[in-house]
Amino acid sequence: MQEINWTALAVFVALFALITWLGFMAAHWRKGDLGLLHEWGLGGRRFGTLVTWFLVGGDLYTAYTFVAVPALAFGAGAIAFFAVPYTIIIYPILFLVFPRLWNVSHKHNYITPADFVRGRFGNRWLALAVTVTGIVATMPYIALQLVGLQVVIGAMGVSGAGLGGDIPMIIAFVILAAFTYTSGLRAPASIAIVKDILIYATAFAAIVVVPIQLGGLAKIFAAVPAAKVLLAVPGPNTTGAYGIYTTLALGSALALFLYPHSITAILAASSGHAIRRNAALLPGYSFMLGLLALIGFFAIAAGVGSAPEYAAGFKQFGNNFAVPALFLHSFPSWFVGVAFAAIGIGALVPAAIMSIAAASLYTRNIHKEFINPNASPAQEASIAKIVSLIVKFGALVFILFVPTQFAIYLQLLGGILIIQTLPAVMLGVYTRWFNDWALLIGWGVGTVAGVWMFVAANLTPNYTLTFAGHAFPGYSALYTVILNLVVVIVLTPLLNGLGGRPRDETVAADYRA
Amino acid sequence: MNDLDRRRSGWSWWYILLLVQIVAVLWPPFFNKLEPAWIGVPFFYWYQLLWVIIGAVLTAIVYFATDSRHRGTEG
Repeated sequence: MQEINWTALAVFVALFALITWLGFMAAHWRKGDLGLLHEWGLGGRRFGTLVTWFLVGGDLYTAYTFVAVPALAFGAGAIAFFAVPYTIIIYPILFLVFPRLWNVSHKHNYITPADFVRGRFGNRWLALAVTVTGIVATMPYIALQLVGLQVVIGAMGVSGAGLGGDIPMIIAFVILAAFTYTSGLRAPASIAIVKDILIYATAFAAIVVVPIQLGGLAKIFAAVPAAKVLLAVPGPNTTGAYGIYTTLALGSALALFLYPHSITAILAASSGHAIRRNAALLPGYSFMLGLLALIGFFAIAAGVGSAPEYAAGFKQFGNNFAVPALFLHSFPSWFVGVAFAAIGIGALVPAAIMSIAAASLYTRNIHKEFINPNASPAQEASIAKIVSLIVKFGALVFILFVPTQFAIYLQLLGGILIIQTLPAVMLGVYTRWFNDWALLIGWGVGTVAGVWMFVAANLTPNYTLTFAGHAFPGYSALYTVILNLVVVIVLTPLLNGLGGRPRDETVAADYRA
Repeated sequence: MNDLDRRRSGWSWWYILLLVQIVAVLWPPFFNKLEPAWIGVPFFYWYQLLWVIIGAVLTAIVYFATDSRHRGTEG
């Protein structure tokens, strides 16, 4: 690997010191009693439109996204751009569903999606299914954030044999764990503001400076192999790349706001109006993500893939090294430090929110539901804080000792798993028509079918359905959630006939402002 | 539907506007082409990026349209 880039490293460390200070100071921001779970885990539900914009943006557009989407464009071409329709579709969903979820959660002090399902459908086993799915889908996602951090630290030339090379990442993670423990959701909310400013500066610098260096966008696209510029036109009797593109965008969009960390960031808003406004403001991040996807093509045009000085990086990190290599190639060292800090801090913000979300799920829907129903609010908060440490430690151990590829596989599987909570959570916000046991059976069928398709497709998320001689390759999450819904709809009238339904503790008025 | 029913169901016809952006970006045969290119960017890319902006504008329109209705009827 190359020598240590001291200028970049100094800027990187200085920015990390800044956000560390900010993370601890955040405990005093809009001060509340951090001994209560909704204060620690949801920031007291006090974030207005602007802070919510930074928080949700920092939460959803993760470091891994900023590394992996351009890496996919670099390696596979146009298919990577599915991230753009995906991030377009999520906002109508946010607009229509989540103000209602916010209203009912505020009214009943729900902190997790499983709290809502428990109250709405009155079935603790269904709530447990939602809880376990949420935790299982989140864990590898936290681990993946570390991959983003690992790549930029490696790219600055900080490396070493065995555990020694991982010390910077361990330090970053200990810092993360400490300020999350003390400040709760206020820490990532305040850090997200710094992170987003850095990310925007980096993205726009890259989109302006690199094309000038490379002689214009037309020249860049001319340098990309023709097969990568557009989707392959499907042959006869198959929906081909078109089907994959559409189902990936739609399935990922439906899954996104079911992730516990998405719901945590949304429920922390101060009103349903703040959420609606953000549905119109958050596309600012989508636009930037689209521009960043193009950076994958810039990296092809700049020829970093075949440059000898980056060979070791590509060998170690694969295509994920494309973005760091391009930055090293195109920017002065001090700005490389800014860009890498943006990615590194961009890993910590979602990792903090994810660990808070997973900890809240465990505390509310496993500990309080099944182990100690009499836990006081103060006990709830202290359990959640400790669980957030365990969750992060687990992710760290995972990334240090298990090949990165496993975290990637599990995160891909996580999307297929989390989407199975769609009928209970997302549709449950609009209707109580479904039978609670039918929802649980539908969840089970969807989950088993999803895992089976994932394995049958050699641990990839795209499975080819064949039907009357036609092939439909597409995202298993979408196929299996349709199966899940069909099961729920067929079983609901049958199971309703068998016996009474549990009480719904929410009423229609709870869902309105 | 009278006004009371509409408020009870939480539905507004303005929401149909949100569907436009979903349809526009989910049908690749529409936009999987190079021409017309814009400042060297193939149609495929600038078309989808443009829809990010149009989608945001449509969502803002729906927000203002439905929000004033709330203010008008619920104080």
